[in-house]
Amino acid sequence: MIANISLTHFLIVTTLMFFTGIYGFLTRRNLITLLMSIELILNSVNINFVVFNRYLYPDQLQGHFFAMFIIAIAAAEAAVAIALIINIYRRFTSIEVDDVDEMKY
Amino acid sequence: MGNNVFMFYLFSGTILIFSVLSVTSRRILRAAVFLLFALVATSGFYFMMNYQFLAGVQLSLYAGGIVVLIIFSILLTHHISYKFERTPLMTLSLGLIVAVAGAALSIFTLLKYPFRVSTAVPLETNMKVIGTQLMGTGKNGYALPFEVISILLLASMVAAIIIAKKGK
Repeated sequence: MIANISLTHFLIVTTLMFFTGIYGFLTRRNLITLLMSIELILNSVNINFVVFNRYLYPDQLQGHFFAMFIIAIAAAEAAVAIALIINIYRRFTSIEVDDVDEMKY
Repeated sequence: MGNNVFMFYLFSGTILIFSVLSVTSRRILRAAVFLLFALVATSGFYFMMNYQFLAGVQLSLYAGGIVVLIIFSILLTHHISYKFERTPLMTLSLGLIVAVAGAALSIFTLLKYPFRVSTAVPLETNMKVIGTQLMGTGKNGYALPFEVISILLLASMVAAIIIAKKGK
């Protein structure tokens, strides 16, 4: 644990970061900015895992490895998502979610 | 006020300000750069908690990899001075209500929960410990998820190439 800073301090910061990401996800209308909101959400969850590891189970490394695996999955997800976004742009010349509706009934 | 506390408030202020800016900025390239600042400040948190390896992974993979990927895709799909239209007031207020209500509920819950902070001797997290645990198969071994994640990475790389290449 870190002197003078409690676990709750970290958790409040990550909660606010998480819900900032949620807000962005609900209000943005562009695929790339949606992806950026998802990155914010994943990042705040990562901090949570690491903080729980350091404060509650400092003699193990479970949260550390969980955070590492989440980073790897986020990288894979970003690569596939950007390939999809570029493909969508090629077909519709726009990546606003309102313009991409060809598969709707 | 100790150094620790000062650094904590510096990093959390950076994270909060730049995450809010990155979801509200109307210029998409600026939003990506603000996201980069939030991710770099996160790696500062990891340094504070003495997980140097994880902080390095965060810097090189998130800040160096994913953000660069996002910036490249922005440059491929938008004009550089592209500006969003204003979000409709209805969407904006609904999103704000959901976010504020969720944050209030979560913070209320976690302020009431009594966390029992462990006093065990912290494990020294040097590269050797991380390597043995990541490749170990016994207790505290993470060989199986490591292999699964490598197959996932391979599959997603193949998928990304197949999706993004020009048809025919």
